[in-house]
Amino acid sequence: MAASENAGTTLKVLPEKKPKSSSYKKKMTLYGVLFALPWILGILLFSAYPLLMSIYYSFTSYSILDSGQWVGLGNYKELMGDSTFRISIYNTLYYTFISVPLNIAVGVGLALLLNTKIRGQGVYRTLFFIPSLVPAVATTIIWLWLLNPQFGLVNYWLEQIGISGPPWLGDERWSKPSLILMSLWGVGQAIIIYLAGLQDIPQDYYDAADVDGANTMRKLRHITLPLMTPVIFFNLIMGVIGTMQNFVLPYTLTNGTGSPADSLMFYVMYLYQNAFLYLKMGYASAMAWILFLIVLVLTILIFVTQKRWVHYQGKE
Amino acid sequence: MRNRSLRMTKNAAVHFFLLVFGIFFLSPFLWILSTSLKPDDELFLWPPKWIPSTLMWSNFPDAISYFPFFTYLGNTMTITALATIGILFSCPLVAYSLARIPWRGSKPLFGVTLIVMMLPYQVTMIPIFIVFKHLGWVGTNVPLWLPAFFGAPFYIFLLRQFFMGLPKELEDAGRIDGASELRIYGQIMLPLCKPGLLTVALFQIIGSWTDYQGPLIYLSDEAQYTLMLGLSSFKTQHGAEWQLMMATSAMITLPIIVLYFVVQKAFIRGITFSGIK
Repeated sequence: MAASENAGTTLKVLPEKKPKSSSYKKKMTLYGVLFALPWILGILLFSAYPLLMSIYYSFTSYSILDSGQWVGLGNYKELMGDSTFRISIYNTLYYTFISVPLNIAVGVGLALLLNTKIRGQGVYRTLFFIPSLVPAVATTIIWLWLLNPQFGLVNYWLEQIGISGPPWLGDERWSKPSLILMSLWGVGQAIIIYLAGLQDIPQDYYDAADVDGANTMRKLRHITLPLMTPVIFFNLIMGVIGTMQNFVLPYTLTNGTGSPADSLMFYVMYLYQNAFLYLKMGYASAMAWILFLIVLVLTILIFVTQKRWVHYQGKE
Repeated sequence: MRNRSLRMTKNAAVHFFLLVFGIFFLSPFLWILSTSLKPDDELFLWPPKWIPSTLMWSNFPDAISYFPFFTYLGNTMTITALATIGILFSCPLVAYSLARIPWRGSKPLFGVTLIVMMLPYQVTMIPIFIVFKHLGWVGTNVPLWLPAFFGAPFYIFLLRQFFMGLPKELEDAGRIDGASELRIYGQIMLPLCKPGLLTVALFQIIGSWTDYQGPLIYLSDEAQYTLMLGLSSFKTQHGAEWQLMMATSAMITLPIIVLYFVVQKAFIRGITFSGIK
């Protein structure tokens, strides 16, 4: 009985030998799709459909209350004449162009210092990293207090060294620098990435440079920094994308007003106001697309310059 | 001899700079701690006082009783748990399909995943809100965790990297033995990917815990609020009572920092992984 069953299966398997590869392929495709199914649905439901609808809404006067009308390029034209919109672009670009390079400079600088073989490296690393774990809302509250013009610690320290401190968040000229200072406090995650990049640089290069008698500065300029450029490149792109979408810090700082004098009104804050306060969802969708284009252009620009300054190991 | 003293000066300089910056990074924490333990008449002293004359531990229970802390804590924990379960269900499945199952669609799907990763949140935010509104889920916590069950591009990307690193013989052996794909996945591959799963879970826990924009858009009833929304409305209502706000901020931040010290390695690995590879 058992033998004949065995014979039966062997017989069955043998003629199938040829088409087996195609049935195997079919089976694998089935499994592949099955395993990826949540994400395929996710892309359709939460990316593809919203993307298409967002384009459509941007050409209508849709609000949650009524389905709106087709207005063509009306929203885009209205945006061109919207002064708050222009202020929000200016504020956002100002913030991006200053805070991203500054964050990179401080991040790389601290990572370089941490990478020297000194005592207490782990303690320092933890010290710099922990603030990046603090939730944005808590960060806001802490810095509002630290930067308080009258009773804050920062101005007290400035006074100790003979500087009368500025009004920080109370003054439209100082509000954005205050925000940049706050963002610098959260540079810890980037430091960890830079440190990992530094530890990836092979020791051989430095040994060879030592033989040639190169000093620390030259090693930094000709070995360390060039080999760090891929990591800096990555952080530059992520930084630009992140700061262009800056929202929680200025929103919670100003309770959504962007004061003083709209100096903290950022692009996404204004978008949020239009969408969920004024319920101008068509208008806000147009804003979202303009933001997408700005981010895309900036990213492409950075990619284009890549050839000039980013050095990948093993590629010449 | 000269070399040695040179190195010592160098080390001293490095320590000096690290200490200066260290103070910048550390002092806000000490200031939270100091303020959260101050009696209210010592808040506005000039020069500022670091160590309160009496340690007001009662600020902490006071802060909790000022707003429905435990309701918000419960809401936050519910959302965090459901979203993390969702991510741990969907993302490894998809990552496994992309990394280990030989099928024609895996490469294009990975390409689409990268594109989705670059899509700004604001572009899809409004249509998704409108859909949830039609489904009657605005004002509930459903929009804050349901999408997690359909995957998230960054985590899929991260886990795919992990799965790619496992030796190919593993699933071949399983397939020859006639194990189903689900068994190979569940009993061989998933256990080997534990560090990756831990990293992703950690990121999601922190992401949900600290999320502000999502709850701001979807939750309107105060009984539904998360801790972050609670803290921000606390700020609007009791803006002058710094000792209570600092106590609340400290309590909300503490769980994340404790989590960091418990799973420090997974943290560092996750961050470097996302930045380098």
